[in-house]
Amino acid sequence: MTPKQQIKEGLITNNPVLVQQIGLCATMAITTSLFNGLGMGLSVLIILTCCNIAVSAIRKIIPDQIRLAIFVVIIAGFVTIVDLLLKAFVPALSQALGVFIPLIVVNCIIIGRAEAFSAHQSVKLSLLDGVFQGLGYTCVLIVMCLVRELLGSGTIGGGLIDIANGFRFTLDGTGAGIRIFPSQYGASLLVLPFGGFLTLGTLLAVMNNALSKSAAKKAPQEQEEDDE
Amino acid sequence: MLTSLISISLGAILINNFIFSQFLGCCPFLGCSNKMSTATGMSVAVIFVMTLASAMCWIVNQYLLVPLKLDFMQTVAYILVIAVLVQFVEMFLKKSIPSLYSAMGIYLPLITTNCAVLGVVLLNTEKSYNFLESTVYGCTGGIGFALAIILFASVRERLEFADYPKAFAGFSICLVSASLFALAFMGFSGLKIF
Repeated sequence: MTPKQQIKEGLITNNPVLVQQIGLCATMAITTSLFNGLGMGLSVLIILTCCNIAVSAIRKIIPDQIRLAIFVVIIAGFVTIVDLLLKAFVPALSQALGVFIPLIVVNCIIIGRAEAFSAHQSVKLSLLDGVFQGLGYTCVLIVMCLVRELLGSGTIGGGLIDIANGFRFTLDGTGAGIRIFPSQYGASLLVLPFGGFLTLGTLLAVMNNALSKSAAKKAPQEQEEDDE
Repeated sequence: MLTSLISISLGAILINNFIFSQFLGCCPFLGCSNKMSTATGMSVAVIFVMTLASAMCWIVNQYLLVPLKLDFMQTVAYILVIAVLVQFVEMFLKKSIPSLYSAMGIYLPLITTNCAVLGVVLLNTEKSYNFLESTVYGCTGGIGFALAIILFASVRERLEFADYPKAFAGFSICLVSASLFALAFMGFSGLKIF
């Protein structure tokens, strides 16, 4: 497998959320502002890459029967490291994401990649897989955040971007974001749990549609046979 | 005391339902709700494990992690406790109540990676509940999960005959229906008894 294929798989054809449909809990729960979404996405990216490297490095000495237990301990270790780092250096993010940072331990994306990919592949490929799958996850989170935040409260980049005194990034989550329209016109339901389910459902449908269209283009004959 | 327990229970079942307002346990919620029988099996197993895990993890935290000043290792300790607990419950049921064991089937081992279980334990610590409150929160959180998954399974059985755009097939129509449930559960948010 070449790195190019891995990029395509991670971002589109085998995207963890939109195609494999795993790790949905956090995707719906924390995508209320770009600050949360980007923070969560990058945390998962770092943990996924580290776990993939560690699992791949010791894949030959792990006994098959207890491999899942070993994966979970490795993942829990890295999650604790990231959790403590966030608490120390970006406390606002740690506060905003709450239990969803420690819950990365049971996020199916990480254990799924360990089981399906890095337990059989070289360290280099596993590293790339971690980065690209993590990027795929981050992209979905960003799209969800942009949609929910823009339609829900009328801003872009809430918590992360501040334009009051010139354009700058705020790491303490206080930036008000770029206001597109006044907040009273926003559909504030979209920022509530209802919006999480609805946005992800619609996004999955859009992805389904796009994938089936591109598949139909690639193999028109097969499609016809299917229709009959 | 009783009032706080009742308000914890109401909160966990209706107001802050684990699935519809906290998004904990969505994977099994979507994965196991396609048939009523699977949904009931899963929810019994979840209630059972969540109650036990809340009680066990409270003891581990209070008498092991806090005295040894190891509370930064909570996540690792909790996931190990849950994994061991699930394994232990599985062996116990297999030996002593084989009928219940066969009813729960493959759902028991799957519960280890259910984020509702780890979530409830972490929330117990975050809210610094005492032993009784933790156990009640675990049990009623499980009941809230069961309510959600059983309600949703009954809707999903009808979804098979519904007419919707082809692109929405699979999880996406389920998520859209779940969003309506979330909207309905929002109605409980102002509920106060005491």
